[in-house]
Amino acid sequence: MKDYFRHIALAISTSLSGLRLTFKYLFEAREKRKPIGVADDNYFEQDKGIATLQYPFESLPVPDNGRYKLHNEIDDCIVCDKCAKVCPVDCIEIEPVRATEAIGNTSDGTPKRIYAAKFDIDMAKCCFCGLCTTVCPTECLTMTKAYDFSTFDVKDHNYSFAEMSLVEIAQKRNEFAEFQANKTKAKAIGVNDASGVAAKPKVVISKPVTGVKPVVGKPKPVFRPKPMIRKKPSDDGDN
Amino acid sequence: MITFLIFLPFLLFFVVIAVYGERKISAFVQTRVGPIEVGPFGLFQTIADLLKMLQKEDIRPFAIDKFLFLIAPLIVFASVFTGYSVLPITQGIAGSEISTGVFFLLGVISLDVLGILMAGWGSNNKFSVLGAMRSVAQIVSYEIPLGLSILAVVMLAGTLNLQEISVLQGVQSESPAYFLGIHSLEVTDIGGILTWNIFQMPILFVAFVIFFISSLAEANRVPFDLPESESELIGGYHTEYSGFRWGLFMLAEYGMMLLVSFLAAILFFGSWQSPLPNVGSFTLGDWTNGVVWGIFWLFLKAMFFIVLQMMVRWTYPRLRVDQLMTLSWKYLIPISIFVLFIVGIWKLALV
Repeated sequence: MKDYFRHIALAISTSLSGLRLTFKYLFEAREKRKPIGVADDNYFEQDKGIATLQYPFESLPVPDNGRYKLHNEIDDCIVCDKCAKVCPVDCIEIEPVRATEAIGNTSDGTPKRIYAAKFDIDMAKCCFCGLCTTVCPTECLTMTKAYDFSTFDVKDHNYSFAEMSLVEIAQKRNEFAEFQANKTKAKAIGVNDASGVAAKPKVVISKPVTGVKPVVGKPKPVFRPKPMIRKKPSDDGDN
Repeated sequence: MITFLIFLPFLLFFVVIAVYGERKISAFVQTRVGPIEVGPFGLFQTIADLLKMLQKEDIRPFAIDKFLFLIAPLIVFASVFTGYSVLPITQGIAGSEISTGVFFLLGVISLDVLGILMAGWGSNNKFSVLGAMRSVAQIVSYEIPLGLSILAVVMLAGTLNLQEISVLQGVQSESPAYFLGIHSLEVTDIGGILTWNIFQMPILFVAFVIFFISSLAEANRVPFDLPESESELIGGYHTEYSGFRWGLFMLAEYGMMLLVSFLAAILFFGSWQSPLPNVGSFTLGDWTNGVVWGIFWLFLKAMFFIVLQMMVRWTYPRLRVDQLMTLSWKYLIPISIFVLFIVGIWKLALV
């Protein structure tokens, strides 16, 4: 019998406190929480009011060091291929075309010697680890604050940063092939002159004249790469 | 006829507003914003939903009992809407002024359960049948505390006619009204809030709480929405319905909400009487009473209870079946009998 009345009292008090709580929320819904980021001093002060963030119309600020969409400043890129090498998911595809001489300087003074015939980043594959931005010697590859880049076709997630036209690419390729051929010829002549051995075929010395050659091996912090280009075995497809 | 002309359009209008209000209230309670896209502040959201619903195909499953299935929504809605026929609208205007008003109302809205049972059984679906069974058990159980709490009011008023009960709660009353039922505190000429039933007989507040709880159960509202319980029974008795037939169930549910809110206002909170009393030469009560004022006060009070019902819906979780039965049989019924006894004693001893 004592329990009976205790239950009634408990039911009344809990029901009333429940209603009080919901009425409190109803009353507080006059105000709306502002879309401020966690970095804001008042972030934890805002514990009342409507919490809905109506996304396309308003959004939370993105931190400056956020890792979202990749961007390559192609004018500053020396096409060193480090980013493509370090990428754990192979989302960066680079097709270099070697130039016959330095073709200009990046904004930090590093000479550029390779054209980027293709510099594609597939953001659909990207895992947003940011490794490519850390290895980039000229800091031309960065992660931007843009995060809303959804598309209707997954192919549209492949961002192309190279600026060369097909004609330009073919032209540069031919130039290099010619240059290489001349060099080989000169070398062969030189060798012939020096040793007098004419039996060796040229082909052995000359590299395949595809013109496509990855170039790596610049020391990381120094932005003045040595003129020496380490010879590597010919490109074995995409790594 | 007047009921038909006033309450039917009002009910349709009310459902549109109430669905919107319910969504907004639930949103605000849960710190969301609710509908905002369709029209200003999302006001046309319900109309858009209504248009969508009316365009829907009237699906009739293969294995249904066709007659029961098709007629059930009509019975549910008709029985609820017939309840409106005895409601007073304002001073001097009432629907049917039959002398058995409340009794008729209680009787006719009980037929609602018949329609629900037909819908559940006719659907030939285990969830529907479970919902219908729960509904019958629930409504039959909760009719008793509902009836007993109304009986307490009827004992005080001495009449079953709702219009007479309304008149007794104000300055137009011919019999004397006593504040708190005490003889020396006659307030017949003062009127206002002091002559409302709940102040004439304060124990009726307990009766009102019981009435409110049971009316939630009658209207299948949360926390007593076991017949529907969309999380377990996928909508219960109206699982198999679509389009306008489902809309009729919806209309009946909101109609029931509105009906019990009107009833609460009429029986306990002064019906169409103004809450402002006559104070000396400031006859506020007389100034704020009249045909138009009456409509205003009655509908305002009903809307207050609607909002309360909605807040209750978004506050409490659904009861278990055994808890439902325990609440009715072990708590509400004994308390309402006790209240009835107190009201009788009070009236005999003090008035």
